[in-house]
Amino acid sequence: MAECRLYDCAKVIRSKNSGPFEITLDVLFDDPVIYQKIKDSNMINKTTICYLYRLTEDKITQIVFYDKALGFKITFARKISSGTCYDTDVYGAQQHAPLSELIVTI
Amino acid sequence: MKKEIKILAPCGILGYGYPKSSFLKGMSYKPDAIVVDAGSTDAGPHKLGAGVAIVSEKACKKDLEIMITEGAKAGIPVIIGSAGGSGGRVHVEWTWNIIKEILKEQALQSQKVAIIWADIPKEVVKEKLHNGKVQPLGLSVKELTEERLKLTNGIVAQMGHEPIVNALESGADIIICGRAYDPSPFAAVAVYHGLPLSYGYHAGKILECAALCAVPGTTKDCMLGTITEEGFMITPLSDERICTPLSVAAHTFYEKDHPYILHGPGVTLNLKDCEFKQVDEKSVFVTGSRIEQSNPYCIKLEGAMKVAYRTFVVAGVRDSLMISQLEEIERLAEEQVRTYYSDIPEEDYTIHFINYGINGVMGELEPSKELPHEVGIVFEVIAKSQELADSVCGSLRSSLLHYGYIGRKSTAGNLAFPFAPSDISFGAVYEFSVYHLMEVEDSCQMFPIEYPDM
Repeated sequence: MAECRLYDCAKVIRSKNSGPFEITLDVLFDDPVIYQKIKDSNMINKTTICYLYRLTEDKITQIVFYDKALGFKITFARKISSGTCYDTDVYGAQQHAPLSELIVTI
Repeated sequence: MKKEIKILAPCGILGYGYPKSSFLKGMSYKPDAIVVDAGSTDAGPHKLGAGVAIVSEKACKKDLEIMITEGAKAGIPVIIGSAGGSGGRVHVEWTWNIIKEILKEQALQSQKVAIIWADIPKEVVKEKLHNGKVQPLGLSVKELTEERLKLTNGIVAQMGHEPIVNALESGADIIICGRAYDPSPFAAVAVYHGLPLSYGYHAGKILECAALCAVPGTTKDCMLGTITEEGFMITPLSDERICTPLSVAAHTFYEKDHPYILHGPGVTLNLKDCEFKQVDEKSVFVTGSRIEQSNPYCIKLEGAMKVAYRTFVVAGVRDSLMISQLEEIERLAEEQVRTYYSDIPEEDYTIHFINYGINGVMGELEPSKELPHEVGIVFEVIAKSQELADSVCGSLRSSLLHYGYIGRKSTAGNLAFPFAPSDISFGAVYEFSVYHLMEVEDSCQMFPIEYPDM
């Protein structure tokens, strides 16, 4: 058992718009063992995501693990829609930092 | 009915470019169609609202020239999805003008062209809205009131494969689609040849990004899709890339809200039980994609409206004392401006600071509290008119430049401007005012096909 930042144990960790009103976070692994441990740990849940992204639970629309791709996806409603006043990330492509810093046990 | 068909996908967005060598390699497989997606809402509501394209005319023409000449030579259709990026009338006309130029230059005027329009009249939306047949698509989508509908510049809807199949059946050589669900033009080719809709859509979902699901991935290289009754195969066309079961499986994650359930016009694709198999050193064969027809048939509407005008300044700060109290200094500079313009109603403008190096990207979500040695500030004024935004921003710039904060040593000026002039009069800011699902009776009714003469 070791602790590491999610950023360090994932192969892909990214964010992107899923349409102009949502942000979706993808975390993909190349090691099935690490993927399974993170899935089984139940650490990736609404409480964690709400804490990292200062959301209320009703704003999270998906937290789904997909075994075939060794990855999980989190989708939540944007506070400001893409490309309008006060948005600071039109493509939503740099919103993965808070999730990246999450410490997981593998 | 053909047992299998091949589709050549040159690049992820028309105008992004692709190596001609990859394209010609794709042509050597004798594909049944060349299909390219030109659309995206990624760049925000401005392209749709202001009626501008997402790539330059030069880039679009460069990509199309090869596709059209090679397509004509091989006698196979060329299909463009979401022409001009947003797929509205002005975007489609922009693309059609480029194509006309190419056809003329290459003496290909005999090519039969089909244009499938995707503009939805506001009266239709208004009536459907009234009948409860228009629903917001997302928790933060604002209610579509009659007022907001009136202010919206124009509405497009994403077409399914059905109108494109009709254009193929009419014998069109070049099909210019207005706004389309990205995989639709690919699915249309499969359906036209009598192959399963499920594999058409799943292959389309992958091919619309061209080589993005390869390793290394890119939208700027070609991909070949081979669709059969039993599944489909994805093959990268450059020797530098391979596809692996994992890279293809993982692609369905990309820019979608769910990893294996995908909603399109009139369909829901379920990829949970797909199998991904390596068939040679670079190709992957996919089976088990499932599709369900949705009832009622819904199409996704998109529309943008102008909400304000912006003026902004980019500046650097290198003074450590200023950086240590930056947010407070910004607040005081804003206060100074608001006092100076006390005759202007407060709500007529807002001031916004983005402090790159501190929390410019993440804002209040930024986990790091470390202060950097320099900061890039973008400050903007968002106002009811461009003139007001310009005036307030000018005043804000001079206030911040000369603000005498506590303990200041760098008394000659607080900001390093990289450009002269420093103030950028940006123009209008838009917002997606329509992002809704609308029930329709028929998959083709909202997407009329025109066969224009050269």
